[in-house]
Parts: sequence; C-alpha cells; structure tokens
Amino acid sequence: MLHAAPSLVASAAGDHPGFLSPSGVEIAFLLVGLATLGAAVITVTTRQLVHAALWLVVALGGLAVEYLLLTAEFIAWVQVLIYVGSIVVLLLFGLMLTRAPIGRSPDADSGNRWVALGVALASAAALVWVVVDAFRTTWIDLDGPAQGSTRVTGAFLFRNWVLPFEALSVLLLAALVGAIVLSRKRDTETGTGTGKNTGTGKDTGTDVGTTSRTGPSGAPGKGEKR
Amino acid sequence: MNDVLDVALRLAIVFVVFLVAPLLVGQTEHKVMAHMQGRLGPMYAGGFHGWAQLVADGVKFAQKEDVVPAAADRRVFQLAPAVALLPYLLVLAVIPLGPGDGAVGQLVDAGIFFVLAVMGIGVLGSLMAGWASANKFSLLGGLRTAAQLLSYELPMLLAAASVAMAAGTVSLTGILDAFAWWWLPWQIVGALVFFVAGLAELQRPPFDMPVADSEIIFGAYTEYTGLRFALFLLAEYAGIVILCALTTVLFLGGWHGPFGADGLGWLWTLLKTALLAFVVIWLRVSYPRLREDQLQKLAWTTLVPLALAQIALTGIVKVAIS
Repeated sequence: MLHAAPSLVASAAGDHPGFLSPSGVEIAFLLVGLATLGAAVITVTTRQLVHAALWLVVALGGLAVEYLLLTAEFIAWVQVLIYVGSIVVLLLFGLMLTRAPIGRSPDADSGNRWVALGVALASAAALVWVVVDAFRTTWIDLDGPAQGSTRVTGAFLFRNWVLPFEALSVLLLAALVGAIVLSRKRDTETGTGTGKNTGTGKDTGTDVGTTSRTGPSGAPGKGEKR
Repeated sequence: MNDVLDVALRLAIVFVVFLVAPLLVGQTEHKVMAHMQGRLGPMYAGGFHGWAQLVADGVKFAQKEDVVPAAADRRVFQLAPAVALLPYLLVLAVIPLGPGDGAVGQLVDAGIFFVLAVMGIGVLGSLMAGWASANKFSLLGGLRTAAQLLSYELPMLLAAASVAMAAGTVSLTGILDAFAWWWLPWQIVGALVFFVAGLAELQRPPFDMPVADSEIIFGAYTEYTGLRFALFLLAEYAGIVILCALTTVLFLGGWHGPFGADGLGWLWTLLKTALLAFVVIWLRVSYPRLREDQLQKLAWTTLVPLALAQIALTGIVKVAIS
C-alpha cells in the first residue's frame, strides 16, 4: 500500500497537462498503478502468509513497470534486483524457516491492525504530499532521449546527491554491524531454535550470514509476522 | 510496419534459440557424461547416436499424468514452473551475439542489471515449488535454494560490477565494444567468481545441495510430474545457456576473436558459450557435492573477498590508465 501510493500520485501529476486526452503511456501508467495498488492491498489483507509474500512480488514488479514507463530504466531494474530478488526471497526464507502453513492462518493477525492502518495512511499521506509538492510541475519528454538512463541517473546521484548517498551507506553499514552483533550475542547465550524446522543446528555461518546481509530491511518483517 | 516485423522476427528467433539451445546442452550432457564414464549414452532414438533422445523424452513427459498433490497449494504449485522458466527467456533476448546493434534481440540500456535482476526472479519459482508442494523434502529443498541464493547473489553482483566499472557502462553491447584482449587476465578472478556463483545459483553440481537426490529426493521438484517437471528441467538447461553466454559476454569478450572479426563474430560467441557449457557438464561429472556449511563458507570467505579484491584491482587499474 505504501509502495503503491506514490506511483498513483505521480500518474495524477503526469496527467496534468492534458486530462482530456491522455496518451497511451499515461493510460498504461494508470492501469499498472491500479494493478499495483490492488496487489498491495491483497498483500496486506490476505490470510495466507506465503501468498502475501507472493503478492508483494506482484506489487513490487508493478512498481518496476511504473519506473520503466517513467523512463527510469536503471531504477526499475535495481528495484527488481533488490526487492524481488533479495528482499522477497529473504522474506520467503524467513517464513519457511519459521511458519509457512499451506492455507489460511487466522492466528497471524495482530491486534494492531487499526494502528497499522493509521500509520500506513499517515506515511502514505506524507509521501503523497512530498511527491506532489516536488514534482507537480515536472514533465517527462517521452520523445527526446531517455531522461532516466543509467548515465543520467549516475551523474545526478553522484553530482547532486553525494552527501545523502554516503550518509545512507553509513546508515546501512551501521545496521549491518548491528545485525552481526545481535545475532552473535544470541548464539553465545543459548542458541535456541527459531521454529519447528531445522536450520539452527547446521552451522552458525548460515545464520550470521543471512541475518547480517539483510538485517536492515529483513528483520522487522520477520518480527512482525511472528 | 517494418519495425513491427523486425521486432517479431527477432523475438521469434530468440524463442527458437530458447527452445533449441537447452536441448543441445542436454544432449551434449548425456553424451559427454556417458563417454567420461566409459558408456555410450543414448544410441537408439533418432538413429544416429541417439540424437533425438531429448525429443523422445519430451514426448514421454507430455504423455505423463499431471499430478497435483492433494494437500498442495494448487495455484502456486501450478504457477511455479512458469515463474522458473520465463525469466530465462527474457534474459536471452538481451544477450548480444555479434557486433553492432543488429545482433541482439532487444537492446537494453542497463543490460547487466536487467539480466541479473530477471535471473533472480527465476529462483522464486523454486521457492514457490518447494513451499506449495506440501512435502517436507520439497520445503527443505526450497530452504536450501533460498540460503544458497542469498549467499551467492552478492559475489555474482560484485563480479559483474567489476566489469561494468572496467567498461564504464552497464550496457552489454557497450561492454563488448569496450573490450580489449588484456581484460582477460585483468578480470580473470572476477570471471571465476561470476561463473562459480552462477553455477551455485543454477543449483548445478557441485552446488546441487537443494536437489541432492541422496538426501531430499529432488528437493523442490520432488512432487512434480509430466510437463511441469520438464519445464523445470528446461529451466535448468536454459540457465546453463544463459550463464555461459553471460560469462562469455562479460568476461571473455563475446564476439571478439583472434580473426574473423567481420561477419563471424557470432561464431566466436557461440563457440565460447559452448566451451563453457562443456565445463559445466565436466564439473558435474568430476566434482563431489558440497555440504551446506562448505557452500556457505565458500561464498562468504572465498568468493566475496575475491570479488571485492577484483573490484579494488579494477578501480586501481582504471584510475592508473585514465
């Protein structure tokens, strides 16, 4: 849901110069946006845990298509590479390691769903507001050279936005180190198993490796599902 | 109209290659493995040295009953083979065969990223199959697949990044245009890392823990029969073709060769790809399977540092020559 919201807004902004005669790309953008939103809603409402993860793949893939339609090819492929290729695989891995029953799992609902809805709406509103405020008057010229090619994106990122980029990498490094520290501590204390499946007894290398690589984004998702 | 015809023709060619090349690799595997083990391999189907063995296998698969286990998640179970196979078809369309813009199915600006991203999707098919089968062996296979993928994707990406740095572009055709012969020794470590990590991603021996038949039957594919099983097999061999072609394009110079630069470039690409495919088969015959801890250790303590060292070397040389 959070993921779909900005894309819809961007499409609304894209329609602005001519609401009455939208181009084919704009129509496609809108349709893909609706599909993405639908997949995202199913992701958070389905009662089957693994199906939620798979619908998330659809939502993220739809988002990648939106990037493509906005001519940001590089961002689109990175989106697929990082989110679909790594984050969702990690999610599925975590689900399979802990609990992934086939069929409905009604006990997976937490009591926080209204709070979660509130937080989701608030952050969606914030994102919508920021994006609309920033890009309301920005148009992409589809006929000219691609404005989101790798070269353009790279130049933009490393000329105008180097400082935030580096700050982010420091943040990720801190998260990485933190994840390693946390997982090591747990190993030395008791080494309790995480679920019904094996995986703890095999070796600590796997555990440390997977946790550390994905600590920043993976850990919250896993905790939430449990 | 001409453009439409052009695109349709290219896609048709890509599709035919996609269907034929994996069968060629499969048949070669039959024969090469057999001869390495002092056997003859298939000799009857089709007459001449059993050339039609895989066609016969395909017919056999098509005749088998398509069984979905009662406890399985039907839709995910049935969707999984398509998710495993289709990404390779997409990847094949962007691999340049020869020089110029004409010898590639579809030009993609961020070629490396497209290829690696889409290949990553294919593994979701194995995960879906492993989970949806409602079988403990399948689930274990799916888990092993995921663990393997998580650790081997990083060195693969790093090795590919090294080439992109060397060429100053992430477009596959751009990398080939920038290629010079001395890249071969320069990027050799990256090439090895990429190839090994790619093998692991394809779950080919010696990295076939996820489908280890002596432990978990056939991992995520245990419950599959008939055509769906055949699709998984086809995905595996298509994966070999893609990996070898990619290694060729990224590290071995693709259509560059000692001679025949004009018009024969595509032959060099095919030759190098075939040679690498032979190596893949050779490894299957000659190497024992790695254990899970050895797998993880190889990835995290050998391949990742090697890939990082390769990136450092690439950066140093790049700065030195510019």
